[in-house]
Amino acid sequence: MTCPSLAVSVHAGQAISRAADQRVNLTLADRPRQQGRDRLGNPVECTGSALRNLPVFAGDKEEGRRLDDLWQGLMQAIWLVVTLDADLVEISLRSLQVTLSALAFACLVAMPLAALLTVRRFRLRRSVIAVMNALMGLPPVVVGLVVYVLLSRSGPLGALGLLFTPWAMIIAQMIVIIPLIASISHQSLRDLWFEYHDLLISMNVTRWQKITTLLWDARRALLTAALAGFGRGIGEVGAIMIVGGNIDHATRVLTSAIALETGKGDFALALALGFILIALAIAVNLVIHWLGRTEREGRW
Amino acid sequence: MVNQLFPLTVRGATTRHRGKTLVGPIDLDLDGQGTCVVLGPNGAGKTTLLRLLHGIARLNEGAITWACDQHAAQTSQAFVFQRPVMLRRSVLENLIYPLRIRGVSRSEARDRAERWAKRAGLGSMLDRPATFLSGGEQQKLALTRALIMDPQLVFLDEPSASLDGRATREIENILADTQKTGTRLILSTHDMGQARRLADQVIFMLGGRVHETGPAAPFFENPQTLEANAFLNGDIVE
Repeated sequence: MTCPSLAVSVHAGQAISRAADQRVNLTLADRPRQQGRDRLGNPVECTGSALRNLPVFAGDKEEGRRLDDLWQGLMQAIWLVVTLDADLVEISLRSLQVTLSALAFACLVAMPLAALLTVRRFRLRRSVIAVMNALMGLPPVVVGLVVYVLLSRSGPLGALGLLFTPWAMIIAQMIVIIPLIASISHQSLRDLWFEYHDLLISMNVTRWQKITTLLWDARRALLTAALAGFGRGIGEVGAIMIVGGNIDHATRVLTSAIALETGKGDFALALALGFILIALAIAVNLVIHWLGRTEREGRW
Repeated sequence: MVNQLFPLTVRGATTRHRGKTLVGPIDLDLDGQGTCVVLGPNGAGKTTLLRLLHGIARLNEGAITWACDQHAAQTSQAFVFQRPVMLRRSVLENLIYPLRIRGVSRSEARDRAERWAKRAGLGSMLDRPATFLSGGEQQKLALTRALIMDPQLVFLDEPSASLDGRATREIENILADTQKTGTRLILSTHDMGQARRLADQVIFMLGGRVHETGPAAPFFENPQTLEANAFLNGDIVE
């Protein structure tokens, strides 16, 4: 029987606090079985996993369970990486493939859009910028639902057969990160445009040339925008779970695998995947910074 | 070189910002020879007049008529700003940029840029980021970038403001060389010494209007208005 931790948290917490006060050394197996009630009011008995999310007061010989999970997760992460676990490699590569593809397409849309909004004056420009900024907080789950409806068999794009494929995940991620990249890009380009405005007008530069000049000269600032988009994309789970389906060997990525393992209660593996996800994100950032030659003397 | 932009005729030119008249109405006739210096106290409208003539400031009333059509006029002019605007690129790329946007091939643009950079004394710093140059070097680069397009008219808004004597002399040498090629210069300045050295013609502005205009020598020796006389004597003119 599953044991909802919330129902027993008060009792369990009090029992453990008493044990800690009395300086009794407890192991997980020795923990007193706690009585509590589930949400329907039925009496339940719980130990172990029900206490997982509670702070554990440890004695001299025992480490906290949560710390233990972290440690196990770290060890498992190292083990998975060292042994080049086939499943791990597969889902990591799929994560990268989906996010980098979504990022590339999103940059192709968001950056020229930001440049156009910078150099072009039109009636609803400020409203468009305000909406774009607001969409930075677009809930991924809602995006996932909308894309699901559009791509589902009875939806307007159902004939494409993209639902539960990596393409659907790419589309969903694109929609989530485009406003973020466009907004950050717009901020950078606006500052540059303020600086360049008179010069470019004076040189009779065409609108297209203005856009390309701004995009090129602000490329390092735009790199930051792209990295922000990558960060949001690689850690995104709500939308891609809905449109991808988390299908093993098809649409499973790191974040959806973490969600799955957490649901199964294998926190150590979930944490291991989490550590790998963080390491991957940092590695990609470092590579892009290195390729972009940012933070070097004599560069912008 | 025959200057196709001139004579320039300005009639009733006025520019406003939020209902307030910044400059105008201006009536002016300029021919195509020598250097024209725009003088006047702060807020007289010198910069706005230059921007208006160049087309950066909006013309709300009146007309500015060049001897050639508007497009040819716009592409035959260059503007050097008081605070030089540096593209976030190297010195060489800053010089190549105006040529590339006019469709000059990259190799030819590079050759011309290197030639002009050497002429301006920037040859040893081609690969340096332009924003890392000193104020004088930036102004020289801005001037060279304007001249590389072979304009028939160059507007210079206080080109040597906040520069030391040596940098000012280098800028003036470049301007003197430019003038010999037939390029018309219209520059605003607060530096009376520079005005006397460079001017062939003077426009004295006060309160957003042209107060006095004419050849340089008679203006400096015997100005026609009390305000111009006071300005030349170093008195405060408002």
